[in-house]
Amino acid sequence: MREIALHMADIAENSLAAGAARIKLSVMIDRAADRLITAVEDNGRGMDADTLYRCTDPFMTTRTARRVGLGIALFKLSAEQSGGSFTIRSEQGRGTRAEAAYIISGIDRAPLGSIADTMAALIAANPETDFTLEYAADGKAFAFATDTTPYNDRTPAFAAAAKKEIQQRIDEINGGAEPI
Amino acid sequence: MRSIQELEAIRESTLENMTLRKEHNGTRIVVGMATCGIAAGARGVLTAFMEELAERKLIHVALTQMGCIGMCHLEPIVEVHQPGHETVTYVKVTPDMARRIVREHIEGGSPIEEYTLSHYRAK
Repeated sequence: MREIALHMADIAENSLAAGAARIKLSVMIDRAADRLITAVEDNGRGMDADTLYRCTDPFMTTRTARRVGLGIALFKLSAEQSGGSFTIRSEQGRGTRAEAAYIISGIDRAPLGSIADTMAALIAANPETDFTLEYAADGKAFAFATDTTPYNDRTPAFAAAAKKEIQQRIDEINGGAEPI
Repeated sequence: MRSIQELEAIRESTLENMTLRKEHNGTRIVVGMATCGIAAGARGVLTAFMEELAERKLIHVALTQMGCIGMCHLEPIVEVHQPGHETVTYVKVTPDMARRIVREHIEGGSPIEEYTLSHYRAK
């Protein structure tokens, strides 16, 4: 994956497969502390202790088309390559939260990439699911949520408008700062 | 607090709306969004479909996603389902191809043979 935002899209796919009605992506940038924390959280069916233990193993997968599952393993690796860390918590019947913390200056850190594109793709293809984005950078923050939009209005046009709005708000928050 | 009856009414009206949405005119564009698809560029393909459908106001077309279908080397893979027609599977789709698929296949009614899985296999 060339962007951290693509890992987040991929992890959100696991949430969808877990039957989540609500998925939250969060991004926290702290340039002074040289830290970027990203997380994907859902209210899906969760994992039992054994599955949770094995879920970062590339040779563990729930898919049937092939026998490897790289999504979580790759997300974990992307954080660790930057000198950061990865944690995943899950509770059956409650949901799952995967968090990847990055060292911004880590030379093997992938760029954050387009969070707006990741949100838009998820929103466009999954009108039954509510998506939230919490985005914070150096003390400023905003949240975006699809919750108040009725199902019938969750069209591709709505997703396209969401993409524009999210991008605009990200740009506002980052001001002229160099994208990470 | 809402009563059980109120909640039930909301549920029923939502279900009705959902059926409406699902019926559309039956055309569905399905983008492969498993790890393999995303790594190959499926996110950009999905947002290209989203933008082209929005611009052309093709509100009767449903855009959805699917998992891995075992042909990871041909991702991004896109299926177009239309009632009364055979499913068309497009392989190695790019955002530009996605826009052309909307114009020529979805709007124009003619699948783009050179982008299809069967064309790829015949090569």
